Amino acid sequence: MESKAVVSLTNGKKAFGANEVLKDISLTVNAGDVLAIIGPSGGGKSTLLRCMALLETLDSGDLSYGDLVVCANNGEGRAVYGGKDVIAQAKTRFGLVFQNFNLFPHYTVLQNVTDALICVQKMPKDEALARGRELLARMGLADKESMVPCDLSGGQQQRVAIARAMAMNPDVLFFDEPTSALDPELTREVLKVIRDLAAEHMTMVIVTHEMGFARDVADHLIFMDGGVIVEQGSAHEVINNPQHDRTRAFLSNYDRD
Amino acid sequence: MEFSVMMGILMEGFALTAEIFVITLVGSLPLGVVVALARMSKFKPLAWLAQLYISILRGTPLMLQLMAIMFGPYYLFGLSMGSDWKFWACAIGFILNYAAYFAEIYRSGIQSIPRGQYEAAEVLGYTKAQTFMKIVLPQVIKRILPAMGNEIITLVKDTSLAFVLGIAEMFSAAKALAAREVSMIPYAIAALIYWVFCLLIEFILNRVEKRLDYYHD
Ligand SMILES: Nc1ncnc2c1ncn2[C@@H]1O[C@H](COP(=O)(O)OP(=O)(O)OP(=O)(O)O)[C@@H](O)[C@H]1O
Ligand SMILES: [Mg+2]
Repeated sequence: MESKAVVSLTNGKKAFGANEVLKDISLTVNAGDVLAIIGPSGGGKSTLLRCMALLETLDSGDLSYGDLVVCANNGEGRAVYGGKDVIAQAKTRFGLVFQNFNLFPHYTVLQNVTDALICVQKMPKDEALARGRELLARMGLADKESMVPCDLSGGQQQRVAIARAMAMNPDVLFFDEPTSALDPELTREVLKVIRDLAAEHMTMVIVTHEMGFARDVADHLIFMDGGVIVEQGSAHEVINNPQHDRTRAFLSNYDRD
Repeated sequence: MEFSVMMGILMEGFALTAEIFVITLVGSLPLGVVVALARMSKFKPLAWLAQLYISILRGTPLMLQLMAIMFGPYYLFGLSMGSDWKFWACAIGFILNYAAYFAEIYRSGIQSIPRGQYEAAEVLGYTKAQTFMKIVLPQVIKRILPAMGNEIITLVKDTSLAFVLGIAEMFSAAKALAAREVSMIPYAIAALIYWVFCLLIEFILNRVEKRLDYYHD
């Protein structure tokens, strides 16, 4: 079966003032793939995810979700974005899970998961609630639906955030260091949920500092530093047998299990 | 004078006090939103204008503002206003003044909402209006409630400034009674009524605060 690109970025560039944060990044994620992105702090990983999630605009490059072209370079090599409709449609294609959850504190767990379904996707309320409950059950949170986020542990909050993103039925899920705000025990429970999603062939792009997790769960891995992709390949290969000095130096800071 | 007569006069004054209080809130709570949004506008001239407005209304005595509005039409344009004017001058003065204070409270509330809330809503596809109404505003209300409560309690007592325009609200009534009876009792009773009114408002504010207490952030 021909695998199909869910998201692809070609020659993406982004600068904040004089600070070139992304220098010519290209990547493609196919349906069912899990891509891990690792690299030192300030390397541009979050910026890359945020550009793909349309929270930042690329200066230059082509970005598409499936056959939906979100932005493309014009003659002068500047990224030109599609209109409101295109952007709105693109936003239905991906979900984003933040490092610090960003749940809506005034909503219950169930409302967090279903509100956008009801008021953005205009799904009938019963249907949305049923979908929300099913997702919460999958995340092991069936008994938490009427609690508010502040009464949950960090790990539970992050699982609600994953359910919220999954509720929109995205083609691809982006994670920006989903466990960096959690202690090891809570990290494990969140990683387990992500592993389960991978087993169900959810397409995902995961920025992480959990090397063992990246190696086990990701098909493909990118090592980013200074706004460029220094090295990429199968997750196993890159982590167990890095080819570049910079990758080696970076990985030597971590034990790989 | 009989106590009941005195009470009657004071309560008549209180009706006006309450009227000024309500009209001020009805006008200034929404006007404050407009001023706050203008103050945060990306269009700089508008933001500066709103900032100037806030600065002048918070930086000069309310009593002078009331007098300026009361006598401005005559001194500036030679207009003689009808006998209703003093009441409306008073209402306009209070509304403009309190809108400036409320605007700053709204602004601090809106700016205290973390960027992540906007980003989460944006990624989920909420429109700007939905994000503001459903995600931001409810959280802002909870955060600004104590500051708003302070301001509203202050307003109860500020209504007595209407006496400079010769409006017969409760403080003016008490003053007149005190002069006629050569007694401090009318003042004491007026003070008690102000206090009871404030207690009622505090009670309502506490109820609202309790209701919003189901989460913290
Ligand atoms: N909104 C912004 N305005 C200006 N500079 C920014 C902005 N966001 C990020 N940067 C800069 O871009 C660079 C890359 O940041 P980014 O957050 O993408 O790195 P990262 O790889 O995610 O790092 P970390 O591992 O610490 O999360 C940094 O130098 C950062 O200071
Ligand atoms: Mg980051």
